[in-house]
Amino acid sequence: MMKNRLMDLLKNVSAYTVICLYSIFAIFPLIWLVIISFKSDTQMYNTTFIFTPTLDNYKIVLFEGADYIQAFINNIIVSGGAVLLSLLVGVPAAYAFARYNFAKKEDLAFTILSFKFAPEILVILPLFMIYQKIGLYDTYFGLIWVYQLITLPLLIWVLRGYFEEISVEVEQAANLDGYPWYSVFWKILVPLIKPGLVASSLLAFIFAWNSFTFPLLLSGFQIETVTVAALRYIGSDTVHYGQMAVAAAVAALPEVVLALIIQKHLVRGLSFGAVKG
Amino acid sequence: MATSANMMKKTTKNQKNIKQEDNKIPFLVKARPYLIILPALLLTIGILYPFATAIYYSLTDFSFRSIDYKFIGLKNWISMFQSKNFWHACLVTVQYTLATTGTEMVAGLGIALLLVRESRFTKTLRIILIFPLMIAPVIATLIWQLMLNNSVGIVEKFLNLFGVFNFPWASSASTALLTAAMIDFWVYTPFVMLLMLAGLQSLPKSPYESAKIDGGSPWFTFRTLTLPLLKPFIFIALVFRLMASMQEYGIIFALTKGGPGSTLMNLSLTGYNMGFAFSSLGKALPYLLVLWAAIFFISKKLIGAWLKGQQNAQGN
Repeated sequence: MMKNRLMDLLKNVSAYTVICLYSIFAIFPLIWLVIISFKSDTQMYNTTFIFTPTLDNYKIVLFEGADYIQAFINNIIVSGGAVLLSLLVGVPAAYAFARYNFAKKEDLAFTILSFKFAPEILVILPLFMIYQKIGLYDTYFGLIWVYQLITLPLLIWVLRGYFEEISVEVEQAANLDGYPWYSVFWKILVPLIKPGLVASSLLAFIFAWNSFTFPLLLSGFQIETVTVAALRYIGSDTVHYGQMAVAAAVAALPEVVLALIIQKHLVRGLSFGAVKG
Repeated sequence: MATSANMMKKTTKNQKNIKQEDNKIPFLVKARPYLIILPALLLTIGILYPFATAIYYSLTDFSFRSIDYKFIGLKNWISMFQSKNFWHACLVTVQYTLATTGTEMVAGLGIALLLVRESRFTKTLRIILIFPLMIAPVIATLIWQLMLNNSVGIVEKFLNLFGVFNFPWASSASTALLTAAMIDFWVYTPFVMLLMLAGLQSLPKSPYESAKIDGGSPWFTFRTLTLPLLKPFIFIALVFRLMASMQEYGIIFALTKGGPGSTLMNLSLTGYNMGFAFSSLGKALPYLLVLWAAIFFISKKLIGAWLKGQQNAQGN
Protein backbone atom coordinates (compact mmCIF):
# COMPACT_ATOMS: atom_id res chain seq x y z
CA MET A 1 0.00 0.00 0.00
CA MET A 2 2.59 2.51 1.16
CA LYS A 3 4.77 1.66 -1.77
CA ASN A 4 1.96 2.23 -4.25
CA ARG A 5 1.10 5.58 -2.78
CA LEU A 6 4.73 6.60 -2.88
CA MET A 7 4.93 5.58 -6.53
CA ASP A 8 1.84 7.64 -7.35
CA LEU A 9 3.25 10.64 -5.57
CA LEU A 10 6.53 10.24 -7.42
CA LYS A 11 4.69 10.01 -10.74
CA ASN A 12 2.67 13.11 -10.01
CA VAL A 13 5.71 15.07 -8.96
CA SER A 14 7.65 14.10 -12.06
CA ALA A 15 4.67 14.85 -14.32
CA TYR A 16 4.31 18.32 -12.85
CA THR A 17 8.05 18.89 -13.07
CA VAL A 18 8.03 18.09 -16.79
CA ILE A 19 5.02 20.34 -17.41
CA CYS A 20 6.56 23.19 -15.44
CA LEU A 21 9.92 22.89 -17.18
CA TYR A 22 8.30 22.92 -20.61
CA SER A 23 6.05 25.83 -19.64
CA ILE A 24 9.02 27.88 -18.52
CA PHE A 25 10.77 27.08 -21.79
CA ALA A 26 7.66 28.07 -23.78
CA ILE A 27 6.66 31.20 -21.91
CA PHE A 28 9.85 32.68 -20.53
CA PRO A 29 11.09 34.07 -23.88
CA LEU A 30 7.91 36.12 -24.16
CA ILE A 31 8.19 37.46 -20.62
CA TRP A 32 11.86 38.23 -21.16
CA LEU A 33 11.00 40.06 -24.36
CA VAL A 34 8.60 42.33 -22.53
CA ILE A 35 11.10 42.91 -19.72
CA ILE A 36 13.98 44.00 -21.92
CA SER A 37 11.75 46.16 -24.07
CA PHE A 38 11.68 48.49 -21.04
CA LYS A 39 15.44 48.44 -20.53
CA SER A 40 17.72 51.23 -21.64
CA ASP A 41 20.75 50.37 -23.75
CA THR A 42 23.17 51.08 -20.92
CA GLN A 43 21.38 48.87 -18.44
CA MET A 44 21.16 46.06 -20.97
CA TYR A 45 24.69 44.89 -20.18
CA ASN A 46 24.92 45.21 -16.43
CA THR A 47 21.46 44.30 -15.13
CA THR A 48 19.18 41.27 -15.42
CA PHE A 49 15.86 41.59 -13.64
CA ILE A 50 16.28 44.66 -11.46
CA PHE A 51 16.55 47.93 -13.37
CA THR A 52 14.81 51.25 -13.87
CA PRO A 53 12.20 50.76 -16.59
CA THR A 54 12.06 53.29 -19.40
CA LEU A 55 9.73 53.89 -22.33
CA ASP A 56 12.53 55.23 -24.54
CA ASN A 57 12.67 52.15 -26.75
CA TYR A 58 8.98 52.38 -27.49
CA LYS A 59 9.29 56.09 -28.22
CA ILE A 60 12.13 55.55 -30.66
CA VAL A 61 10.61 52.61 -32.53
CA LEU A 62 7.06 53.87 -32.66
CA PHE A 63 7.36 57.64 -32.91
CA GLU A 64 10.80 58.61 -34.21
CA GLY A 65 11.02 57.62 -37.83
CA ALA A 66 7.68 56.40 -39.10
CA ASP A 67 9.10 53.22 -40.66
CA TYR A 68 7.90 50.73 -38.15
CA ILE A 69 4.41 52.17 -37.81
CA GLN A 70 4.17 52.19 -41.59
CA ALA A 71 5.21 48.52 -41.71
CA PHE A 72 2.57 47.76 -39.10
CA ILE A 73 -0.09 49.52 -41.16
CA ASN A 74 1.12 47.74 -44.29
CA ASN A 75 0.75 44.43 -42.49
CA ILE A 76 -2.81 45.25 -41.52
CA ILE A 77 -3.72 46.30 -45.06
CA VAL A 78 -2.11 43.30 -46.73
CA SER A 79 -3.29 40.65 -44.24
CA GLY A 80 -6.75 42.17 -43.89
CA GLY A 81 -7.10 42.55 -47.65
CA ALA A 82 -6.00 38.96 -48.20
CA VAL A 83 -8.58 37.66 -45.71
CA LEU A 84 -11.36 39.80 -47.21
CA LEU A 85 -10.59 38.63 -50.74
CA SER A 86 -10.45 35.03 -49.52
CA LEU A 87 -13.80 35.41 -47.79
CA LEU A 88 -15.35 36.89 -50.91
CA VAL A 89 -14.40 33.98 -53.15
CA GLY A 90 -13.87 31.30 -50.51
CA VAL A 91 -17.20 31.29 -48.65
CA PRO A 92 -19.23 30.54 -51.81
CA ALA A 93 -16.67 27.93 -52.85
CA ALA A 94 -16.82 26.27 -49.43
CA TYR A 95 -20.60 26.22 -49.72
CA ALA A 96 -20.44 24.61 -53.16
CA PHE A 97 -18.01 21.94 -51.93
CA ALA A 98 -20.29 21.17 -49.01
CA ARG A 99 -23.66 21.20 -50.70
CA TYR A 100 -23.32 20.16 -54.31
CA ASN A 101 -22.30 16.88 -55.75
CA PHE A 102 -20.46 17.34 -58.99
CA ALA A 103 -17.92 15.64 -61.18
CA LYS A 104 -14.29 16.15 -60.13
CA LYS A 105 -15.39 17.74 -56.84
CA GLU A 106 -12.81 16.00 -54.66
CA ASP A 107 -10.10 16.58 -57.23
CA LEU A 108 -10.80 20.29 -57.25
CA ALA A 109 -10.93 20.45 -53.47
CA PHE A 110 -7.68 18.55 -53.22
CA THR A 111 -6.07 20.85 -55.80
CA ILE A 112 -6.83 23.80 -53.58
CA LEU A 113 -5.43 21.99 -50.57
CA SER A 114 -2.30 20.95 -52.44
CA PHE A 115 -1.28 24.60 -52.76
CA LYS A 116 0.01 24.01 -49.27
CA PHE A 117 2.56 21.54 -50.66
CA ALA A 118 4.27 23.98 -52.99
CA PRO A 119 7.48 25.30 -51.44
CA GLU A 120 7.05 29.05 -51.14
CA ILE A 121 10.36 29.80 -52.81
CA LEU A 122 9.38 27.70 -55.80
CA VAL A 123 6.22 29.77 -56.24
CA ILE A 124 8.07 33.01 -55.66
CA LEU A 125 10.89 32.66 -58.19
CA PRO A 126 8.78 32.62 -61.37
CA LEU A 127 6.25 34.95 -59.79
CA PHE A 128 8.96 37.51 -59.06
CA MET A 129 9.70 37.67 -62.78
CA ILE A 130 6.04 38.01 -63.75
CA TYR A 131 5.25 40.54 -61.02
CA GLN A 132 8.07 42.75 -62.26
CA LYS A 133 6.76 42.48 -65.79
CA ILE A 134 3.14 43.33 -65.04
CA GLY A 135 3.86 45.87 -62.33
CA LEU A 136 2.59 43.97 -59.31
CA TYR A 137 6.00 43.84 -57.62
CA ASP A 138 6.03 45.89 -54.43
CA THR A 139 2.30 46.66 -54.50
CA TYR A 140 -0.46 45.95 -52.01
CA PHE A 141 -2.45 43.93 -54.49
CA GLY A 142 0.55 41.84 -55.51
CA LEU A 143 0.98 40.68 -51.91
CA ILE A 144 -2.75 40.28 -51.29
CA TRP A 145 -2.94 38.05 -54.32
CA VAL A 146 -0.05 35.78 -53.41
CA TYR A 147 -1.29 35.59 -49.81
CA GLN A 148 -4.31 33.73 -51.21
CA LEU A 149 -2.08 30.66 -51.19
CA ILE A 150 -2.04 30.97 -47.39
CA THR A 151 -5.55 32.16 -46.61
CA LEU A 152 -7.79 30.62 -49.27
CA PRO A 153 -7.18 26.88 -48.72
CA LEU A 154 -7.57 27.41 -44.97
CA LEU A 155 -10.92 29.20 -45.27
CA ILE A 156 -12.36 26.85 -47.86
CA TRP A 157 -11.44 23.64 -46.04
CA VAL A 158 -12.51 24.82 -42.60
CA LEU A 159 -15.77 26.43 -43.71
CA ARG A 160 -16.70 23.45 -45.83
CA GLY A 161 -16.87 21.44 -42.63
CA TYR A 162 -19.09 24.02 -40.95
CA PHE A 163 -21.47 24.13 -43.94
CA GLU A 164 -21.69 20.34 -43.99
CA GLU A 165 -22.95 20.38 -40.43
CA ILE A 166 -25.99 22.50 -41.30
CA SER A 167 -28.86 20.26 -42.24
CA VAL A 168 -30.16 20.84 -45.73
CA GLU A 169 -33.75 20.97 -44.42
CA VAL A 170 -33.09 24.35 -42.85
CA GLU A 171 -32.29 25.73 -46.25
CA GLN A 172 -35.15 24.02 -47.99
CA ALA A 173 -37.66 25.35 -45.48
CA ALA A 174 -36.45 28.88 -46.11
CA ASN A 175 -36.60 28.32 -49.85
CA LEU A 176 -40.17 27.13 -49.56
CA ASP A 177 -41.06 30.21 -47.58
CA GLY A 178 -40.17 32.15 -50.69
CA TYR A 179 -36.89 33.70 -49.65
CA PRO A 180 -34.55 34.32 -52.58
CA TRP A 181 -31.24 32.41 -52.44
CA TYR A 182 -29.17 35.40 -51.35
CA SER A 183 -31.29 36.12 -48.32
CA VAL A 184 -31.25 32.43 -47.41
CA PHE A 185 -27.50 32.65 -47.61
CA TRP A 186 -27.13 35.87 -45.61
CA LYS A 187 -29.93 35.51 -43.11
CA ILE A 188 -29.82 31.79 -42.40
CA LEU A 189 -26.54 30.17 -43.42
CA VAL A 190 -24.05 32.87 -42.51
CA PRO A 191 -25.36 33.28 -38.93
CA LEU A 192 -25.16 29.51 -38.48
CA ILE A 193 -21.50 29.27 -39.50
CA LYS A 194 -20.55 32.52 -37.82
CA PRO A 195 -18.31 31.04 -35.10
CA GLY A 196 -16.36 29.13 -37.74
CA LEU A 197 -16.30 32.14 -40.01
CA VAL A 198 -14.85 34.43 -37.36
CA ALA A 199 -12.33 31.90 -36.08
CA SER A 200 -11.01 30.84 -39.47
CA SER A 201 -10.81 34.44 -40.70
CA LEU A 202 -8.78 35.42 -37.65
CA LEU A 203 -6.51 32.43 -38.01
CA ALA A 204 -6.04 33.17 -41.71
CA PHE A 205 -5.21 36.74 -40.67
CA ILE A 206 -2.58 35.48 -38.23
CA PHE A 207 -1.00 33.26 -40.89
CA ALA A 208 -0.95 36.12 -43.37
CA TRP A 209 0.46 38.40 -40.67
CA ASN A 210 3.25 35.91 -39.96
CA SER A 211 4.19 35.45 -43.59
CA PHE A 212 7.80 36.31 -44.21
CA THR A 213 9.03 34.82 -47.48
CA PHE A 214 6.40 36.41 -49.70
CA PRO A 215 6.81 39.99 -48.46
CA LEU A 216 10.60 39.62 -48.28
CA LEU A 217 10.92 38.66 -51.92
CA LEU A 218 7.85 40.02 -53.66
CA SER A 219 7.94 43.52 -52.26
CA GLY A 220 10.68 46.06 -51.79
CA PHE A 221 10.89 49.30 -49.87
CA GLN A 222 7.41 50.57 -50.68
CA ILE A 223 5.50 47.88 -48.90
CA GLU A 224 7.54 46.50 -46.07
CA THR A 225 5.74 44.29 -43.57
CA VAL A 226 6.46 43.96 -39.87
CA THR A 227 8.12 40.56 -40.20
CA VAL A 228 10.57 41.97 -42.73
CA ALA A 229 11.06 45.30 -40.96
CA ALA A 230 11.78 43.67 -37.58
CA LEU A 231 14.74 41.82 -39.04
CA ARG A 232 16.45 45.07 -39.93
CA TYR A 233 17.08 45.61 -36.25
CA ILE A 234 19.43 42.62 -36.25
CA GLY A 235 21.62 43.58 -39.13
CA SER A 236 22.36 47.14 -38.13
CA ASP A 237 25.88 48.03 -36.96
CA THR A 238 24.85 49.89 -33.86
CA VAL A 239 23.02 47.35 -31.82
CA HIS A 240 19.96 48.50 -29.89
CA TYR A 241 18.63 45.38 -28.24
CA GLY A 242 15.83 47.24 -26.50
CA GLN A 243 14.51 48.52 -29.81
CA MET A 244 14.71 45.04 -31.30
CA ALA A 245 12.63 43.82 -28.38
CA VAL A 246 10.04 46.52 -28.95
CA ALA A 247 9.85 45.66 -32.63
CA ALA A 248 9.33 41.98 -31.83
CA ALA A 249 6.83 42.65 -29.04
CA VAL A 250 4.75 45.01 -31.16
CA ALA A 251 4.70 42.48 -34.02
CA ALA A 252 3.71 39.64 -31.70
CA LEU A 253 1.06 41.39 -29.61
CA PRO A 254 -1.87 41.31 -32.11
CA GLU A 255 -1.37 37.61 -32.66
CA VAL A 256 -1.41 36.71 -29.00
CA VAL A 257 -4.63 38.70 -28.56
CA LEU A 258 -6.26 37.08 -31.60
CA ALA A 259 -5.14 33.64 -30.46
CA LEU A 260 -6.88 34.19 -27.13
CA ILE A 261 -10.11 35.13 -28.90
CA ILE A 262 -10.23 32.07 -31.14
CA GLN A 263 -8.60 29.43 -28.96
CA LYS A 264 -11.71 27.23 -28.97
CA HIS A 265 -11.61 26.89 -32.73
CA LEU A 266 -7.86 26.69 -33.19
CA VAL A 267 -7.55 22.96 -33.66
CA ARG A 268 -10.00 22.86 -36.50
CA GLY A 269 -8.37 25.78 -38.23
CA LEU A 270 -4.83 24.53 -37.82
CA SER A 271 -5.66 21.12 -39.22
CA PHE A 272 -7.71 22.58 -42.08
CA GLY A 273 -10.85 20.99 -40.75
CA ALA A 274 -9.37 17.49 -40.83
CA VAL A 275 -9.66 17.28 -37.07
CA LYS A 276 -12.62 18.75 -35.27
CA GLY A 277 -11.48 20.00 -31.91
CA MET B 1 -17.61 12.05 -33.91
CA ALA B 2 -14.70 14.28 -33.27
CA THR B 3 -12.48 12.25 -35.52
CA SER B 4 -14.94 12.25 -38.39
CA ALA B 5 -13.10 13.75 -41.29
CA ASN B 6 -14.49 15.98 -43.92
CA MET B 7 -11.50 15.81 -46.19
CA MET B 8 -12.16 13.65 -49.22
CA LYS B 9 -15.56 12.63 -47.95
CA LYS B 10 -17.58 11.41 -50.88
CA THR B 11 -21.15 12.35 -50.03
CA THR B 12 -23.00 13.45 -46.97
CA LYS B 13 -26.67 13.34 -46.30
CA ASN B 14 -26.83 17.10 -46.50
CA GLN B 15 -25.92 17.33 -50.15
CA LYS B 16 -28.28 18.26 -52.88
CA ASN B 17 -28.04 15.49 -55.36
CA ILE B 18 -27.97 17.02 -58.77
CA LYS B 19 -26.84 14.01 -60.72
CA GLN B 20 -30.03 12.04 -60.29
CA GLU B 21 -32.05 14.02 -62.77
CA ASP B 22 -29.22 15.06 -64.99
CA ASN B 23 -31.20 15.50 -68.16
CA LYS B 24 -33.97 17.76 -66.98
CA ILE B 25 -31.66 20.30 -65.47
CA PRO B 26 -30.77 23.40 -67.50
CA PHE B 27 -27.11 24.04 -68.15
CA LEU B 28 -26.86 26.98 -65.77
CA VAL B 29 -28.07 24.96 -62.82
CA LYS B 30 -25.74 22.12 -63.64
CA ALA B 31 -22.83 24.49 -64.00
CA ARG B 32 -23.71 26.37 -60.83
CA PRO B 33 -21.26 24.67 -58.45
CA TYR B 34 -18.43 25.17 -60.94
CA LEU B 35 -19.36 28.81 -61.40
CA ILE B 36 -19.39 29.34 -57.64
CA ILE B 37 -15.94 27.82 -57.29
CA LEU B 38 -14.50 29.51 -60.36
CA PRO B 39 -13.32 32.78 -58.74
CA ALA B 40 -11.45 30.87 -56.03
CA LEU B 41 -9.83 28.63 -58.61
CA LEU B 42 -8.89 31.52 -60.90
CA LEU B 43 -7.21 33.37 -58.04
CA THR B 44 -5.05 30.43 -57.08
CA ILE B 45 -4.36 29.22 -60.58
CA GLY B 46 -3.25 32.74 -61.46
CA ILE B 47 -0.54 32.30 -58.86
CA LEU B 48 0.18 28.69 -59.70
CA TYR B 49 0.49 29.18 -63.44
CA PRO B 50 4.00 30.59 -63.07
CA PHE B 51 4.72 27.67 -60.76
CA ALA B 52 3.75 25.30 -63.57
CA THR B 53 6.08 27.08 -65.96
CA ALA B 54 8.89 26.38 -63.49
CA ILE B 55 9.55 23.04 -65.15
CA TYR B 56 10.07 24.73 -68.51
CA TYR B 57 12.32 27.43 -67.10
CA SER B 58 14.43 24.79 -65.35
CA LEU B 59 15.41 23.70 -68.88
CA THR B 60 16.62 27.15 -69.89
CA ASP B 61 19.48 29.41 -68.91
CA PHE B 62 17.08 32.11 -67.77
CA SER B 63 18.63 34.70 -65.51
CA PHE B 64 17.28 37.88 -63.96
CA ARG B 65 20.27 39.75 -65.42
CA SER B 66 19.29 39.54 -69.08
CA ILE B 67 16.10 39.29 -71.06
CA ASP B 68 17.38 36.74 -73.54
CA TYR B 69 17.41 33.11 -72.67
CA LYS B 70 17.63 29.84 -74.54
CA PHE B 71 16.65 26.24 -74.13
CA ILE B 72 19.55 24.21 -72.82
CA GLY B 73 17.92 20.86 -72.10
CA LEU B 74 18.87 19.00 -68.96
CA LYS B 75 22.07 20.91 -68.37
CA ASN B 76 20.85 22.59 -65.18
CA TRP B 77 19.64 19.30 -63.82
CA ILE B 78 22.84 17.45 -64.61
CA SER B 79 25.02 20.13 -63.09
CA MET B 80 22.82 20.10 -59.99
CA PHE B 81 23.19 16.35 -59.49
CA GLN B 82 26.93 16.71 -59.95
CA SER B 83 27.26 19.56 -57.51
CA LYS B 84 28.30 19.00 -53.93
CA ASN B 85 26.01 21.82 -52.82
CA PHE B 86 22.98 19.86 -53.87
CA TRP B 87 23.81 16.78 -51.83
CA HIS B 88 24.77 18.94 -48.90
CA ALA B 89 21.44 20.78 -49.17
CA CYS B 90 19.58 17.46 -49.27
CA LEU B 91 21.44 16.30 -46.17
CA VAL B 92 20.68 19.54 -44.30
CA THR B 93 17.02 19.33 -45.30
CA VAL B 94 16.77 15.76 -44.00
CA GLN B 95 18.67 16.55 -40.80
CA TYR B 96 16.60 19.63 -40.08
CA THR B 97 13.33 17.83 -40.80
CA LEU B 98 14.19 14.86 -38.58
CA ALA B 99 15.57 17.01 -35.78
CA THR B 100 12.51 19.24 -35.67
CA THR B 101 9.58 17.02 -36.64
CA GLY B 102 10.87 14.09 -34.59
CA THR B 103 11.33 16.00 -31.35
CA GLU B 104 8.15 18.03 -31.83
CA MET B 105 6.02 14.92 -32.34
CA VAL B 106 7.38 13.19 -29.25
CA ALA B 107 7.27 16.27 -27.01
CA GLY B 108 3.89 17.41 -28.34
CA LEU B 109 2.34 14.02 -27.59
CA GLY B 110 4.06 13.82 -24.21
CA ILE B 111 2.91 17.24 -23.04
CA ALA B 112 -0.61 16.56 -24.32
CA LEU B 113 -0.73 13.34 -22.27
CA LEU B 114 0.27 15.29 -19.18
CA LEU B 115 -2.22 18.07 -19.83
CA VAL B 116 -5.21 15.90 -20.65
CA ARG B 117 -6.41 15.57 -17.07
CA GLU B 118 -8.83 18.31 -16.06
CA SER B 119 -7.82 20.92 -13.54
CA ARG B 120 -7.66 24.67 -13.46
CA PHE B 121 -3.89 24.45 -13.76
CA THR B 122 -3.97 22.37 -16.96
CA LYS B 123 -6.80 24.41 -18.47
CA THR B 124 -4.82 27.61 -18.06
CA LEU B 125 -1.66 26.04 -19.43
CA ARG B 126 -3.50 24.70 -22.48
CA ILE B 127 -4.27 28.28 -23.44
CA ILE B 128 -0.98 29.89 -22.49
CA LEU B 129 1.18 27.26 -24.18
CA ILE B 130 -0.38 28.12 -27.56
CA PHE B 131 1.23 31.56 -27.65
CA PRO B 132 4.56 30.56 -29.23
CA LEU B 133 2.69 28.99 -32.15
CA MET B 134 0.96 32.25 -32.95
CA ILE B 135 4.14 34.29 -33.17
CA ALA B 136 5.72 34.66 -36.59
CA PRO B 137 8.67 32.24 -36.80
CA VAL B 138 10.86 35.11 -37.91
CA ILE B 139 9.90 37.17 -34.87
CA ALA B 140 10.44 34.09 -32.68
CA THR B 141 13.94 33.81 -34.10
CA LEU B 142 14.54 37.45 -33.24
CA ILE B 143 13.38 36.84 -29.66
CA TRP B 144 15.68 33.84 -29.31
CA GLN B 145 18.61 35.76 -30.69
CA LEU B 146 18.06 38.31 -27.97
CA MET B 147 18.03 35.54 -25.37
CA LEU B 148 21.06 33.68 -26.73
CA ASN B 149 23.14 36.79 -27.31
CA ASN B 150 26.53 36.38 -25.63
CA SER B 151 26.76 39.90 -24.26
CA VAL B 152 23.23 40.68 -23.07
CA GLY B 153 21.31 37.40 -23.36
CA ILE B 154 19.65 35.84 -20.33
CA VAL B 155 20.62 32.32 -21.40
CA GLU B 156 24.28 33.32 -21.36
CA LYS B 157 23.89 34.69 -17.84
CA PHE B 158 22.15 31.50 -16.79
CA LEU B 159 24.85 29.29 -18.29
CA ASN B 160 27.52 31.39 -16.58
CA LEU B 161 26.21 30.09 -13.27
CA PHE B 162 27.25 26.61 -14.40
CA GLY B 163 30.63 27.78 -15.60
CA VAL B 164 29.76 27.77 -19.30
CA PHE B 165 30.90 30.93 -21.04
CA ASN B 166 30.23 32.16 -24.58
CA PHE B 167 28.38 29.13 -25.83
CA PRO B 168 28.56 29.66 -29.61
CA TRP B 169 24.91 28.84 -30.56
CA ALA B 170 24.23 29.86 -34.17
CA SER B 171 27.71 31.16 -34.86
CA SER B 172 29.46 27.79 -34.85
CA ALA B 173 29.00 25.07 -37.44
CA SER B 174 28.67 22.41 -34.77
CA THR B 175 25.82 24.06 -32.86
CA ALA B 176 23.97 26.03 -35.57
CA LEU B 177 21.61 23.20 -36.50
CA LEU B 178 20.85 22.60 -32.83
CA THR B 179 20.02 26.28 -32.35
CA ALA B 180 17.74 26.47 -35.39
CA ALA B 181 16.03 23.22 -34.43
CA MET B 182 15.50 24.51 -30.89
CA ILE B 183 13.73 27.63 -32.19
CA ASP B 184 11.62 25.52 -34.55
CA PHE B 185 10.82 23.26 -31.59
CA TRP B 186 9.77 26.26 -29.53
CA VAL B 187 7.45 27.54 -32.25
CA TYR B 188 5.83 24.31 -33.42
CA THR B 189 5.63 21.91 -30.46
CA PRO B 190 2.39 23.64 -29.38
CA PHE B 191 0.91 22.78 -32.77
CA VAL B 192 1.46 19.05 -32.25
CA MET B 193 0.35 19.37 -28.62
CA LEU B 194 -2.91 21.05 -29.64
CA LEU B 195 -3.82 18.38 -32.19
CA MET B 196 -2.88 15.57 -29.79
CA LEU B 197 -5.00 17.11 -27.05
CA ALA B 198 -7.96 17.28 -29.42
CA GLY B 199 -7.37 13.61 -30.19
CA LEU B 200 -6.99 12.54 -26.56
CA GLN B 201 -10.13 14.41 -25.53
CA SER B 202 -12.15 12.67 -28.23
CA LEU B 203 -11.17 9.13 -27.22
CA PRO B 204 -13.99 6.80 -26.18
CA LYS B 205 -14.11 6.06 -22.44
CA SER B 206 -15.31 2.46 -22.35
CA PRO B 207 -12.20 0.65 -23.65
CA TYR B 208 -10.21 2.36 -20.89
CA GLU B 209 -12.58 1.14 -18.21
CA SER B 210 -12.26 -2.44 -19.36
CA ALA B 211 -8.50 -2.07 -19.61
CA LYS B 212 -8.48 -0.88 -16.01
CA ILE B 213 -10.47 -3.89 -14.91
CA ASP B 214 -8.10 -6.17 -16.77
CA GLY B 215 -5.30 -4.54 -14.82
CA GLY B 216 -3.05 -3.65 -17.74
CA SER B 217 -0.08 -1.44 -16.97
CA PRO B 218 -0.35 2.21 -18.08
CA TRP B 219 2.36 1.68 -20.66
CA PHE B 220 0.51 -1.35 -22.05
CA THR B 221 -2.75 0.60 -22.24
CA PHE B 222 -0.98 3.47 -23.98
CA ARG B 223 0.65 1.21 -26.55
CA THR B 224 -2.29 -0.99 -27.37
CA LEU B 225 -5.16 1.45 -26.92
CA THR B 226 -4.24 5.14 -26.96
CA LEU B 227 -1.65 5.05 -29.72
CA PRO B 228 -3.80 3.19 -32.29
CA LEU B 229 -6.81 5.39 -31.53
CA LEU B 230 -4.70 8.52 -31.89
CA LYS B 231 -3.29 7.46 -35.25
CA PRO B 232 -5.40 9.79 -37.43
CA PHE B 233 -4.35 12.77 -35.30
CA ILE B 234 -0.71 11.73 -35.35
CA PHE B 235 -0.78 11.44 -39.14
CA ILE B 236 -2.33 14.87 -39.63
CA ALA B 237 0.17 16.53 -37.31
CA LEU B 238 2.98 14.67 -39.05
CA VAL B 239 1.84 15.74 -42.54
CA PHE B 240 1.64 19.40 -41.59
CA ARG B 241 4.93 19.39 -39.70
CA LEU B 242 6.82 17.53 -42.43
CA MET B 243 5.48 19.79 -45.16
CA ALA B 244 6.55 22.91 -43.31
CA SER B 245 9.90 21.81 -41.89
CA MET B 246 11.12 20.32 -45.19
CA GLN B 247 10.80 23.77 -46.77
CA GLU B 248 11.67 25.85 -43.71
CA TYR B 249 13.06 29.17 -44.80
CA GLY B 250 12.13 31.92 -42.34
CA ILE B 251 13.79 30.62 -39.19
CA ILE B 252 17.06 29.71 -40.88
CA PHE B 253 17.17 32.89 -42.91
CA ALA B 254 16.53 35.06 -39.86
CA LEU B 255 19.06 33.12 -37.77
CA THR B 256 22.10 32.90 -40.04
CA LYS B 257 20.97 33.21 -43.68
CA GLY B 258 22.14 29.61 -44.07
CA GLY B 259 25.54 30.05 -42.39
CA PRO B 260 27.99 29.79 -40.86
CA GLY B 261 29.51 28.89 -44.20
CA SER B 262 26.92 26.62 -45.75
CA THR B 263 26.05 24.74 -42.55
CA LEU B 264 22.33 25.45 -42.68
CA MET B 265 21.83 25.70 -46.45
CA ASN B 266 18.81 23.48 -47.02
CA LEU B 267 17.11 23.12 -50.40
CA SER B 268 14.90 26.19 -49.90
CA LEU B 269 17.81 28.45 -49.02
CA THR B 270 20.07 27.06 -51.74
CA GLY B 271 17.34 27.64 -54.29
CA TYR B 272 16.82 31.12 -52.97
CA ASN B 273 20.55 31.88 -53.16
CA MET B 274 20.88 30.59 -56.70
CA GLY B 275 17.78 32.45 -57.82
CA PHE B 276 18.24 35.78 -56.13
CA ALA B 277 21.86 36.16 -55.05
CA PHE B 278 23.25 34.69 -58.28
CA SER B 279 20.08 35.70 -60.17
CA SER B 280 20.08 32.47 -62.12
CA LEU B 281 16.51 31.25 -62.19
CA GLY B 282 17.20 28.31 -64.50
CA LYS B 283 19.78 26.88 -62.12
CA ALA B 284 17.71 27.48 -58.99
CA LEU B 285 14.51 25.81 -60.13
CA PRO B 286 15.73 22.17 -60.24
CA TYR B 287 16.62 22.38 -56.52
CA LEU B 288 13.13 23.57 -55.66
CA LEU B 289 11.40 21.14 -57.98
CA VAL B 290 13.19 18.26 -56.26
CA LEU B 291 12.00 19.66 -52.92
CA TRP B 292 8.47 20.03 -54.20
CA ALA B 293 8.41 16.46 -55.54
CA ALA B 294 9.66 15.13 -52.22
CA ILE B 295 7.07 17.06 -50.21
CA PHE B 296 4.27 16.09 -52.56
CA PHE B 297 5.19 12.41 -52.57
CA ILE B 298 5.57 12.11 -48.79
CA SER B 299 2.40 14.10 -48.06
CA LYS B 300 0.38 12.03 -50.47
CA LYS B 301 1.60 8.79 -48.88
CA LEU B 302 0.80 10.06 -45.41
CA ILE B 303 -2.61 11.40 -46.34
CA GLY B 304 -3.39 8.04 -47.93
CA ALA B 305 -2.40 6.28 -44.72
CA TRP B 306 -4.44 8.78 -42.73
CA LEU B 307 -7.57 8.18 -44.81
CA LYS B 308 -7.14 4.44 -44.32
CA GLY B 309 -6.92 5.00 -40.57
CA GLN B 310 -10.08 7.10 -40.72
CA GLN B 311 -11.97 4.35 -42.50
CA ASN B 312 -10.82 1.80 -39.96
CA ALA B 313 -11.85 4.06 -37.11
CA GLN B 314 -15.28 4.56 -38.62
CA GLY B 315 -15.64 0.87 -39.42
CA ASN B 316 -15.37 -0.09 -35.76
